[in-house]
Amino acid sequence: MANSAPPKNSLVSVQNLSFSRGKKKIFDDISLEFERGKITAIMGPSGTGKTTLLKLIGGQLFPEQGTVIVDGNNVHRLRRAELYDLRKRMGMLFQSGALLTDMNVFDNVAFPLREHTHLPESMIRTLVLMKLQAVGLRGARQLMPNELSGGMARRIALARAIALDPMMIMYDEPFTGQDPISKGALVQLIQSLNNILGLTSIIVSHDVQETAAIADYIYVLSEGKIVGQGTPKEIEQSPSEWVQQFMNGAPDGPVHFHYPAKDYVDDLLSTGKRY
Amino acid sequence: MQHSNTQDTLVGLFVASGLVGLFFLAMQVSNLSSFTAHDSYTVTARFSNSGGLKVKSPVSAAGVKIGRVTAISFDPKTYQSVVQLSIDKQYNTLPNDTSASVFTAGLLGEQYVNLDAGGSDDFLTEGSEIEITQSAIILEKALGQFLFKSAEEKK
Amino acid sequence: MTEFLQQLGKNTHTSFTKLGRASFFLLQTLSGILSVLARPRLLLNQLYSVGVLSFLIITISGLFVGMVLGLQGYYILSDFGAEETLGVMVAASLVRELGPVVSALLFAGRAGSALTAEIGLMKATEQLSGMEMMAVDPIKRIISPRFLAGLLSMPLLAALFSAIGIIGGQLVGSGLLGVDEGAYWSQMQSNLDFKDDIINGVIKSIVFGFVTSWIALFEGYDAIPTSEGVSRATTRTVVNSAFTILGLDFILTALMFGDN
Repeated sequence: MANSAPPKNSLVSVQNLSFSRGKKKIFDDISLEFERGKITAIMGPSGTGKTTLLKLIGGQLFPEQGTVIVDGNNVHRLRRAELYDLRKRMGMLFQSGALLTDMNVFDNVAFPLREHTHLPESMIRTLVLMKLQAVGLRGARQLMPNELSGGMARRIALARAIALDPMMIMYDEPFTGQDPISKGALVQLIQSLNNILGLTSIIVSHDVQETAAIADYIYVLSEGKIVGQGTPKEIEQSPSEWVQQFMNGAPDGPVHFHYPAKDYVDDLLSTGKRY
Repeated sequence: MQHSNTQDTLVGLFVASGLVGLFFLAMQVSNLSSFTAHDSYTVTARFSNSGGLKVKSPVSAAGVKIGRVTAISFDPKTYQSVVQLSIDKQYNTLPNDTSASVFTAGLLGEQYVNLDAGGSDDFLTEGSEIEITQSAIILEKALGQFLFKSAEEKK
Repeated sequence: MTEFLQQLGKNTHTSFTKLGRASFFLLQTLSGILSVLARPRLLLNQLYSVGVLSFLIITISGLFVGMVLGLQGYYILSDFGAEETLGVMVAASLVRELGPVVSALLFAGRAGSALTAEIGLMKATEQLSGMEMMAVDPIKRIISPRFLAGLLSMPLLAALFSAIGIIGGQLVGSGLLGVDEGAYWSQMQSNLDFKDDIINGVIKSIVFGFVTSWIALFEGYDAIPTSEGVSRATTRTVVNSAFTILGLDFILTALMFGDN
């Protein structure tokens, strides 16, 4: 491929990673680099294990092979306490938001501060209000998670993820199931947070337009392999049929519309079977 | 974090009422209040047959419970039953010629040790032995003797 | 036949694997208890939802069980002219058996199922996973306080159950049926032993609190994170707790009251 080489100054580096669930191979010897201060996106159809990749980076899952290096630390070789220390510097935004349902918005954002620092309550209040202001939901501080819309919940979760001023944030499908306005708000938020706070961002998504708009570098995954990588422009012009199908959302192509089955006519004519 | 004074109060009430329940069981329901609280002294008594006497059977004098049986063993030399009686310290003026007998409370009730005070001026103390004892009346034996006797008389 | 054996082997294997996971989970939970003691607020919140919210069902059930015991006991004992020993019968059955067992069963149904559902849903909504990513150990933060609360609440609830049951028996026995009140209490006091009866009952309830909390929390933590998975886990909590409580009750009774 004539595409630009992967970045060198990387904060997160995934090397020769393999992972399977049962007999299904989720990742087959893939290597990815995530450059400091940039937004790197991982794209691919549902079920390609994009969330799994984030959990591997966060040390919640163990790979069969390969290493994950985050800021110079081999994530899966760390002791528990060291891993927890590293995680304090890694924010993660879950698809559902994963807000704690028994606390209101304020307490949710304050949660990591209260767990990890011994700051006085007045300072926690200031910090929480600053984070909430950053996501534009300072006025929603007294709501409970079940009173929030999906987009609001995600923004609160984002405020919580940046509460400890991490060095990076991993976004798990930030745009899925959002109305256009929330999508726009999130796109802008991710980009501005990245620029203002100097974060390194990893976005896992299958929303082509939104992701391509803000990503500095894109990896396209399919069936455990990297099928395309490069800047958004390079990806757009990729010669790979597969990448083209994915980026343009064509219903048929290398990825078939039909689940593998026997011949249609034969199947219809073979009566007497229940399935 | 959610917390309110009401919640704390309710937890406090819950714990307190649970402890009151435990206290109630200990003091009102079981015999904790009536016995183990006091000091006691132990005397032994030898019976040729202690019948259905058990550890913890009551020891009473003049119908009042003053102690309990703490151990029963068989002496292989004298072929007697050796019974340890633990008696409440406050009853430390029992004469040392007091006699002990194994009685039954009612016809089918539990067996207990009855102490009959003697007339001596010396008192029973820790480790003394009650010399005069009367064994349990074994119902089968008594009935057997009675039947045997009445059969003899008829002849 | 071979298929059956294969299935049997597979099932045995999975249940041993589950037991292993459960034991490991228990170890982690126990090792988190120290950090709970450093944050009594967490424990207090759980004592509320585990203990206080079970209070009503336990006391009301205790009252009715005691009243029924008073009624039934009276009819049986009066056949032998032994109504005076009603107190002994009511108190012994409550303190030794019904108090610990019935309150543990109610506890499993009331608090245990709620714990499983809560933990299971937290897992399904990625709250546990999210906590891990925030570098907060969910076992220490979520599981251990709940476990400790269950362990502490159970003996208190069982004691309440027995105490209220005994009063209920007295209400029926001497209030309604005319058993002498003095005889009710004095017979009880002279026949129930503090160590043999009360303490053993308390030990039983602590054991039941331990296993019920363990089962409930583990089932929630181990639940398949879907709505069906959580509902199955909740059912399993109630069923498994009931089996374990009754089975352990037999063993404990044999150990405690066996050699008398």
